[in-house]
Amino acid sequence: MAYSEKVMEHYTNPRNVGTLNKDNKNVGTGLVGAPECGDVMRLQIEVNDENIITDAKFKTFGCGSAIASSSLATEWLKGKSIDEALAIDNMDLVEELALPPVKIHCSVLAEDAIKSAINDYRVKNGLEALAMPKSHH
Amino acid sequence: MELPIYLDNNATTPLDPRVLEAMLPYFTNKFGNAASRNHAFGWVAEEGVDYAREQVAKLIGCTEKEIIFTSGATEADNLGIKGVFEMYQDKGNHIITATTEHKAVLDTCKHLEKQGARVTYLKVKEDGLIDLQELEAAMTPQTILVTIMYGNNEIGVIQPIKEISAIAHKHGALFFTDATQAVGKIPVDVNADGIDLMAFSAHKMYGPKGVGVLYVRRKNPRVKVTAQIDGGGHERGMRSGTLNVPGIVGLGKACELCRLEMADEAVRLSALRDKLESSLNTMEESYVNGNTQHRLPHVANISFKYVEGEGLMMAMKDLAVSSGSACTSASLEPSYVLKSLGLSDDLAHSSIRFGLGRFTTEEEVDYAIENTKKAVNHLRDLSPLWEMFKEGVDLDKIEWATH
Repeated sequence: MAYSEKVMEHYTNPRNVGTLNKDNKNVGTGLVGAPECGDVMRLQIEVNDENIITDAKFKTFGCGSAIASSSLATEWLKGKSIDEALAIDNMDLVEELALPPVKIHCSVLAEDAIKSAINDYRVKNGLEALAMPKSHH
Repeated sequence: MELPIYLDNNATTPLDPRVLEAMLPYFTNKFGNAASRNHAFGWVAEEGVDYAREQVAKLIGCTEKEIIFTSGATEADNLGIKGVFEMYQDKGNHIITATTEHKAVLDTCKHLEKQGARVTYLKVKEDGLIDLQELEAAMTPQTILVTIMYGNNEIGVIQPIKEISAIAHKHGALFFTDATQAVGKIPVDVNADGIDLMAFSAHKMYGPKGVGVLYVRRKNPRVKVTAQIDGGGHERGMRSGTLNVPGIVGLGKACELCRLEMADEAVRLSALRDKLESSLNTMEESYVNGNTQHRLPHVANISFKYVEGEGLMMAMKDLAVSSGSACTSASLEPSYVLKSLGLSDDLAHSSIRFGLGRFTTEEEVDYAIENTKKAVNHLRDLSPLWEMFKEGVDLDKIEWATH
């Protein structure tokens, strides 16, 4: 199976690889997936007082599509409000990266990672966690 | 050195130019049907096939009449196992095989279970070899066939074939082996090894795709299989269908070359393989899979913990290798062979198989070592698991959301 140019591009030059301090109150961390399933994503957001995501970082254990999905997700998150970030749908990632059907689970995982990071941030700041709209694959 | 470098010789091998040369006339002026008995075109084709039969027989130490040409090893596996089951039904219905067999054997056995066969799937030890005592214990008076592969396609381990065939024979069962990865790579002698039926194919030993062999013993004992393809009664009635003359000629030539060159070639390849393996094994958290004493000379299977195989292969973009990662298959299940060794799913996901071959050079192996190290390090920099491991987090204690 050949990868799309966009997957290759993100895979070769992944954006925003790294780690934010998970103990900071303004940082939300999402860790989703499982090693035995072959993909684990950790996505982190840093949020300012206006509820704007000022920084986003990721690290991913997984195939090229999983790495590209999380790289693109961090790119999209920066500068968005929390509400805008919640509106990111896995199918947006599928479309942008031209993922084939067998790789759709990578985009679902990225969406889970976004929502999980937002929930972590919410809980840290005294807000209730939102229900996760999509189940893990 | 040309890129990309082909290191997937367990999947298939390039055609040796000497094999191609032998085949070419049989596509053009020697095009006849080997079954045409009444004119020179048929005789010429038949001569080509007869000569190839001799070349094949010489490689595995049998007679020409014991060679049945097929379309490949998968067909030979099907014919051998189904053919024995149907032919020896009166004697019993029990078949013994192992969990690390190729799908062509496993799925054939599963098919026969629906036809009334009882199949025992032996587990393997963590080095990939079967336990001979377990085999002995599994034998029953109803056992008609033991089918255990010679060399494994994913990890290269070589099963104790002589001991296995002796146990099968002691209990009155026939012994079949899928020797696709072994024939032409290491000495395989059907008499010394006590093999009654054996499958292999040309394209794993620098021959063409689409042609293979089922060896069927004719003496001590005389083995019979029920044909699975009906038609003109070719191959002594056991496999009908016009013979693939150019393919068979190519297979014959490939066997001859292997017979003459494999001893030296095995020494060269195992030295290259050991260099590759020992260099990569110096990396932290890398694990060699399978028994390292009893194995084919050209295979190395290594897991690089905390990176995922498919992602890793993308970073090794100048190398053609394969992985036991789930992501390479549609099933999302990692390699059943590696799991049979007791490897955890995450290590199975992290495995890479390097398959060296006749055309692999030392320069290519050196390049592969550097390229692989770079890729593993790159992917580990991206891996949250690697970061957690380095921080001393116990990954087994985390409650992962398994999907």
